[in-house]
Amino acid sequence: MIKARGLARRFTTKLGPVDAVRGVDIDVAEGELVGFLGPNGAGKSTTLRMLTTLLQPTAGEAIIAGHDLLADPAGVRRQIGYVGQKNGAGADQRAGDELEFQARFYGLSKHDARKKVADLLERFELQGMEKRAVITLSGGQQRRLDIAMGMLHDPRLLFLDEPSTALDPQSRRNLWDHIKQLRTDGTTVFLTTHYLDEADFLSDRLLVIDHGSIVGEGSPDELKNRVSGDLVVLGTPQASIVASKFENAVVDGDKVSFRIPNGDRALPGLLRDLGNIGVELHSVQVHRPTLDDVFLTMTGRSLREDANAA
Amino acid sequence: MLRDTWLVFVRVMLPVMRNPVAIVFGLAQPLLYLGLFGPLLGDSGWQWFVPGLLVQMALFGTAYAGFSLLPEVRTGVMERLRVTPVSRVALLVGRVGKDVVLLVVQSLLIMLAAMLFGFRASAGEIVLGLGLVALLGIAIGSASYAIALKVKLEYVFASVLSSTIVPLMLLSGVLLPMSNGPQWLYWLSRVNPLAHVVDAERSIFNTGSVLLGLVSVSALVLAGMFYGVRTFNRESA
Repeated sequence: MIKARGLARRFTTKLGPVDAVRGVDIDVAEGELVGFLGPNGAGKSTTLRMLTTLLQPTAGEAIIAGHDLLADPAGVRRQIGYVGQKNGAGADQRAGDELEFQARFYGLSKHDARKKVADLLERFELQGMEKRAVITLSGGQQRRLDIAMGMLHDPRLLFLDEPSTALDPQSRRNLWDHIKQLRTDGTTVFLTTHYLDEADFLSDRLLVIDHGSIVGEGSPDELKNRVSGDLVVLGTPQASIVASKFENAVVDGDKVSFRIPNGDRALPGLLRDLGNIGVELHSVQVHRPTLDDVFLTMTGRSLREDANAA
Repeated sequence: MLRDTWLVFVRVMLPVMRNPVAIVFGLAQPLLYLGLFGPLLGDSGWQWFVPGLLVQMALFGTAYAGFSLLPEVRTGVMERLRVTPVSRVALLVGRVGKDVVLLVVQSLLIMLAAMLFGFRASAGEIVLGLGLVALLGIAIGSASYAIALKVKLEYVFASVLSSTIVPLMLLSGVLLPMSNGPQWLYWLSRVNPLAHVVDAERSIFNTGSVLLGLVSVSALVLAGMFYGVRTFNRESA
């Protein structure tokens, strides 16, 4: 559904050229829900803006939903939906009008547009808001309106840029359910996020971007397995003996921690071996790595700190 | 294309229709000129002054149009519209259409008000006069949106406007005849296409040739539309 090769964007600034995106390859299959994870300023939005025809790439090429991005941007636009980071409804417009015009910009007849609008107002719990001016809606309501505007024409491929920004936890959860439902209905979804829990919960597959390059790719579980292994923490009075058996083990009082691949499966055998050499254990913990661990290992910095700093 | 333009036009027209008070506010300035400046020219001045006032309305009414685009650029509205298959030209022309319709309505109201003071015009003259004003509005409105899209910041846009509109207006002879001044000032006004449009508008309601004004306004429309369409096609808002 997406096949991009060497997509790059250089911005010319007064301080010299800035390579926001440095030649990324992206492949997304039909029906996939792919998360594009990275800290603020990593190049997520710039990549998304290129894929959605908003920004001309300085190098590279892409086929989006069967249309060539550079040769046939209008063809791409007809196939895709896009929900940007910022609010897309005009402040002086009525919510219902914005939805109806949006549907008609995609070629729906007045009748079909109205039907679709009524359907989406209900789906996003915006009934009764259609006559309200956009400026009087709450942040969460405006966000839901944005997302509804991106889906009026039932796009085969939907791009979402930081969809849950500015949403309270409950609306966020609700939005996640909507996105999962889209995937179930067969829509291909490509979303950017700097929230680990969002990437983890939603994505079939993740692309990790940092400093304009893709630094990792795989399902959330694959990424976690591949990069860091699981963290095992054993409580034992013979901490130093245990530590000597594992690479890079860290001793903290009577606790020994170390990483091993597939910790949940490795643990029973490992405990048996330790028992055989007479080691006594009084506690056992296995932590699955978080995506933050993944990011830390791949880039040397924490995504969480970065997200908080922004 | 036509359908897209119509949709964009209706979309920007709706908020105005729901709040028509804005149209009346737009009439405040020309009404003040009509009431507080027009009488200074004497009873015979109306026939000369009102056509100039109409051109001034076209200039001020559409040059500021770009301001309405800036909040839509700053929020995600323009971006959202640009991802739809809607024609880029329609995004510009639909908006300009709204400004020109408002301009024509306001100009008509001002002409009718001026008739109370002693301005005389036939129906045919009114139609021709409004047509010329509309053409000028298309030219200036297109350029205004394009410049707004390029500069993106209100304070920059405001200074671009005030540094171009005021000299254009002063050198067009809308307030006093340029021939009253020294030779160099008169010749300076001759290179201002707006001065020719003012002359043509005056010719419509009196006597004289409209040819030079029509040529000037046609050139302005072509230039404004070309610049506007090119900017809307290229600029990533």
